[in-house]
Amino acid sequence: MPTKTKYELRLGAATREAFGKTLVEAGRENKDIVVCDADLSKSTYTNLFAKEFPDRFFECGIAEANMVAIGAGLASAGKIPFVSSFSCFAMNKGFEQLRVTVAYPHTNVKVVGTHSGISIGEDGPSQMSIEDLALACALPGFTVLSPADEVATTAIVKAAAKHHGPVFIRTGRAKVPVVHASDEQFTFGKAIELVEGTDVTLIAHGLMVAEAIRAAETLEAEGISARVLDMFTVKPVDRDAIRRAAAETRAIVVAEEHLVDSGLGVRVAQAVAELQPCVMEFVGVENTYAESATPDQLLRKYGLVADKVAEAARRAVSRRR
Amino acid sequence: MQKTSNVAELQAICRRVRRDIVEMITAAKSGHPGGSLSAVEIMVTLLFDVARHDPSNPKWAGRDHVILSKGHAAPVLYSVMAEAGYPDTPKHELNTLRKLGSMYQGHPDVRFIPSLEASTGSLGQGLSVGLGMALAARLDGRPSRTFVILGDGESQEGQIWEAAMFGSYHKVDNIVAIVDYNKIQLDGFVKDIMDLEPLAAKWRAFGWHTLELDGHDIAALQAAFAEAAATRGRPTAIVAHTVKGKGVSFMENNPKYHGIAPTDKELELALQEIG
Repeated sequence: MPTKTKYELRLGAATREAFGKTLVEAGRENKDIVVCDADLSKSTYTNLFAKEFPDRFFECGIAEANMVAIGAGLASAGKIPFVSSFSCFAMNKGFEQLRVTVAYPHTNVKVVGTHSGISIGEDGPSQMSIEDLALACALPGFTVLSPADEVATTAIVKAAAKHHGPVFIRTGRAKVPVVHASDEQFTFGKAIELVEGTDVTLIAHGLMVAEAIRAAETLEAEGISARVLDMFTVKPVDRDAIRRAAAETRAIVVAEEHLVDSGLGVRVAQAVAELQPCVMEFVGVENTYAESATPDQLLRKYGLVADKVAEAARRAVSRRR
Repeated sequence: MQKTSNVAELQAICRRVRRDIVEMITAAKSGHPGGSLSAVEIMVTLLFDVARHDPSNPKWAGRDHVILSKGHAAPVLYSVMAEAGYPDTPKHELNTLRKLGSMYQGHPDVRFIPSLEASTGSLGQGLSVGLGMALAARLDGRPSRTFVILGDGESQEGQIWEAAMFGSYHKVDNIVAIVDYNKIQLDGFVKDIMDLEPLAAKWRAFGWHTLELDGHDIAALQAAFAEAAATRGRPTAIVAHTVKGKGVSFMENNPKYHGIAPTDKELELALQEIG
């Protein structure tokens, strides 16, 4: 398979853990970085930052609305706040504050949601964030990022600290395979092509990138050449990469651990409709909430696996005129 | 700008600000006169006496921060900033309030007036934003203090009490919350909508050094702000009893004037009364 890097897909760290570790490194480089958390620092790994920089860590208690707006005040006064909680709580409970104190005045707040998607497993739907990208993308001026692995997370967190403007970074609870080369370069708004291909393009973010790579391997054995793009910047999407994929492969599958009708898929579809119409298929959480089970059981039950991505790719290729 | 601690001089500014408020809102044909007029002495005492700020250098790092969390009272903030001489709040444009292209947006908006400390309007959020600013000042070792003006109706928002818990727990003693307790909100009297009493006791229970005063008594406000500045280890809350529509007899204590503009005839009467 003509790939840029060799895919052994070894299991790496959870993206939340990579976030917590990188935050400490970023904090050493820039004393203006501060962190707010809402009684979940052991789970979000911001406890690592709190341990090294106790004066720059603000425990907000279980009060996410207050936490987000405190972040806005810190940013207005020149700090670079990373505001962290489970993605569902940061986005849903903090949304109005994200709208009025962060997006609208364009304050330099970095929101990091952990435990996103259904792969948190046993805790169940009240803790699962399957609409966080829809909410984050509804905030004008936000850059919205969904790293696939520890390599991407490390690069993205460092870049976010240097980027001026509001950012949402979506991370997960489960350990995930490493899909990126350790020296990969990440530029906001630029997708990364992980597998070259000519018959169909598989676009994914987060843990679905590894599934897309596995699907591409299956498809290759069947004689279907699938391109794989890690669209880690969900907003703004890489319109140029989408246009090229549509023009060159004439079929696109978007796969994501998010509600299928309000995540990356619809954003890619908008670009496709505007730039270069082509056949599209979508893999994601259908119009429902999940349940308690192991992460693997849930990803399988709700169709977020390589087999389903490959099936969608076959449908797309067969529909292609 | 000329700052002053002289009460008569501050009262003279208050009269000019009250005239601006009723004129602006009449010209706009919409807006919130009642809650703007109730906060005049609080805002004038802050910007012309107590707060350290420099209109010729609005982003001076050592400045104090004043946040009007009850953003619907924007006219009082705009008038006081114009009177203070901020370059992005020209006095001659006050009557463009709420019109297309005006910097005087319906609620304060930092995109239009960069000198503002915060965009407000969705109630309940200003105290949290102010706490963030106060924490930053403390981290940097800056002397900046933060003043947040809250509405009484606004105090029904849960986030106010999240912020109140945070402020005392984290010993944020460089912040002052001032409640413009004019007893009226959109749908009627606060006591009939969602009573806040005992309000001062609530702030005390949340760990704030709490003062109660007549929010139109400039000398009392000056004394309270001085006491807040001298208070270490906890934040200060000032429950300022005020009169909605203060200074215009037919607006005073009248829920009708929470959110409607005076007519031209009412404006004439109002200006006569304000003097």
